[in-house]
Amino acid sequence: MQSTYQLIKCTLHLADNALILSQRNSEWCGHGPVLEQDIAITNISLDLLGQAKNFYAYAAALYNGFSDDEKNATDHLIPRPWKNYGRELNEDDLAFLRDENQYLNFLMPELPRGDWAFTILRQFFFSAWQYDLYTNLIKSPDATIAAIADKSLKEVTYHLRWSSEWVIRLGDGTDESHARMQNAVDDLWMYTGEMFEPFIDEALAPDSDTKLLQQSWVNRVKNIFDEANLGMPVSGWMQTGGTSGRHTEHLGYILAEMQYIQRTFPNATW
Amino acid sequence: MNKTTQHTPDPALVKQQIWKILEEVNDPEVPVLSVIDLGIVRDVVFNDYQYEVVITPTYSGCPAMDIISMNIRLKLMEYGYKDVKVKQVLSPAWTTDWMSEAGKEKLKAFGIAPPNPKQQVCSTALFADESVQCPRCSSYNTTRISEFGSTACKSLYRCENCKEPFDYFKCH
Repeated sequence: MQSTYQLIKCTLHLADNALILSQRNSEWCGHGPVLEQDIAITNISLDLLGQAKNFYAYAAALYNGFSDDEKNATDHLIPRPWKNYGRELNEDDLAFLRDENQYLNFLMPELPRGDWAFTILRQFFFSAWQYDLYTNLIKSPDATIAAIADKSLKEVTYHLRWSSEWVIRLGDGTDESHARMQNAVDDLWMYTGEMFEPFIDEALAPDSDTKLLQQSWVNRVKNIFDEANLGMPVSGWMQTGGTSGRHTEHLGYILAEMQYIQRTFPNATW
Repeated sequence: MNKTTQHTPDPALVKQQIWKILEEVNDPEVPVLSVIDLGIVRDVVFNDYQYEVVITPTYSGCPAMDIISMNIRLKLMEYGYKDVKVKQVLSPAWTTDWMSEAGKEKLKAFGIAPPNPKQQVCSTALFADESVQCPRCSSYNTTRISEFGSTACKSLYRCENCKEPFDYFKCH
């Protein structure tokens, strides 16, 4: 039972990270600095939304197939309004009806979108994390997780390349763009430690040693920062809590906007 | 109807017919391509008068998948195949290498540069300069305007020779 509980928790964690960053990035729709990059960031949003949907669909299928004992153990992760619906759980219920403290994403994706430098850097940090993690998850003994990772990795590769290039362009650009990028580094760094706290079940990702993942991530970031003339921060205090449901005040607002329709008109479709 | 007296169609023949019909189902976002050209139909299963078409999404968030599933069922219904299920699978992940040569020709005629063979640029290498051929004047003297375009599967290019902007169906 422990393992099925871990499995659904990890699946929700992967889904939540993708969904919340997707929602944040989508705020740029119509507001990007230039048309091409407006399209780029919203394309990335769409990819992340698709990844979230795949993970949520799997989490819902897992739950629907659980024994009563397993369902009881998972109860605190399941959206309350759904319990009165009298039908099987689906991916939309998981995205649109869970409360803030049921979300298991990192704090970084939920932070307000900030300026373009902040958005770019967050995407880069996040894509670099996803890249190594999904590379490992492809080898997962869980066939569905492996398939979603395999599918998503191609998209993540693209996101990583795009965001890396923009970190370099802005960091190594004008005085203004450099200063903004350096500010973004200073603001975001304390949210990066959370990505390397052990959370993904070892059974799910056999080669996933968090220390190795972190080392690979740091190396990748350092290479790009060197190109971008950005200083690598010294490690310091790391803010955590997202994976245990303790979020910043920003998550409530993003959920209010995202979940409004489903909570006001339950089961609405269009 | 008594099943024992019913004429049993040859499964291989039925499958062949269905594959043929699917050539008439187009991608709603790139309407010159059929789902066969695109390479997203992975299998056709015929079992006990039930038909199942297995498709795979191009991108995780491709919003066209539900419409494609519906169009497949509608088209097969036109030909009398009523009990059709469309199943989506993620693995193995779709690649532009599965696009048919006919599909690539159709894209080019439509003004979209077809995907290069996969090995060219599908890595994390930065600022890579992928040579993409202009679908109008066939020049390789082209510049990428944006890695992302009007749909998830395309990026934006400009031809420095004929000065026309064009979509490139990016390798994936």
